[in-house]
Amino acid sequence: MTPEGSSYEDDRVSLSDLFFQFLIIGAVSFGGGIIAYERILLIEKRRWLTPDEFMGYLAISQTMPGLNSVNLAVLSGDHLRGALGACIAAIGLILPGSLFVLAIGVAYTTNTDHPLANLILAGVAAAACGLLAAITYRIGDEHWKHLKSLLIIIPTFLLMSIAKLSLPIVLLIMAPIAIYIYRPRANS
Amino acid sequence: MSQLISLAACFSLLSLLAVGGGTAVLPEMQTILAQQFGIDHLRFVHIYSIGQIAPGPNMLMVLVIGFQVAGLIGAGVVLLSFFLPSSILCFYVGRIWDRFGDSPWRRTIQNALEPISIGLMASGVYSVAKASIVSPITLALALLTLYLILRTKINPVFVILGSGVLGFFLLKFF
Repeated sequence: MTPEGSSYEDDRVSLSDLFFQFLIIGAVSFGGGIIAYERILLIEKRRWLTPDEFMGYLAISQTMPGLNSVNLAVLSGDHLRGALGACIAAIGLILPGSLFVLAIGVAYTTNTDHPLANLILAGVAAAACGLLAAITYRIGDEHWKHLKSLLIIIPTFLLMSIAKLSLPIVLLIMAPIAIYIYRPRANS
Repeated sequence: MSQLISLAACFSLLSLLAVGGGTAVLPEMQTILAQQFGIDHLRFVHIYSIGQIAPGPNMLMVLVIGFQVAGLIGAGVVLLSFFLPSSILCFYVGRIWDRFGDSPWRRTIQNALEPISIGLMASGVYSVAKASIVSPITLALALLTLYLILRTKINPVFVILGSGVLGFFLLKFF
């Protein structure tokens, strides 16, 4: 028996269960918050990961490029069932939204410049902007209050939006500076 | 064919640059799409907003861009080139990471990348705002959304759809 709270061994998770659990998340996560759904699935619902393993994978997902939710699916899929599991979990997560987006996208493409649709989209776009601002504010969390963080956030924003440098260049400038600021120190 | 190759090249690059999630590459994506594929800012913001209504990862709207440029094949190419490179990278880094364990540099890199990606997200807000906030009414709707998302637990999808309906009436009659 596996004790409560610890993760199961690899071969106990079936690929179909892995696929369907991520498919469900991909289908019901309207309005974002996928990481929260994944957390519930992995730690509480199926207990595939310990909270500690989850936090470790979340950190990698956030550090690496790509969408955090997809990265997390890749890492936990790999943990449970190797490379195949990683593919299965990521595909399950992406599939429902892809079909949804394509269906609406096709309708949008074929009805561009419909005056009625444009009026609705104006309100939708304004709200999407408000939503993005809210998410940015929330993800920024404590960073907005720390001088050290603001010293990186503000120049990054200025280089990108005001100086209009391309993203690779912004990263080449800011990453070394940020790594220097946060470098490991002895006895800390 | 050359359209497909440039779509693949463009989205593979964006995939690997998307530090801290997809919103960090929004401004870059907007610029590249306008220059290379003639998708203007307003259309980009429309497509982006459509993506916010869909379930799943919030950047799936890139498929619509692929569809606009090169039909269903374009959507498939964008799907693969936007999700595969970063996923493969993450996959291998995940395996290496386990070996490195608790190196202090791991913490350093994560700490360093966090504020950078927040700065990039702020740029994303700025570029979406430039195209979507074009009148007092749209500004009011954006601020109302910001308030509702931060202060209530209403599902963002309802807020967005509600704003679409409200915007429709306000813009039609004022």
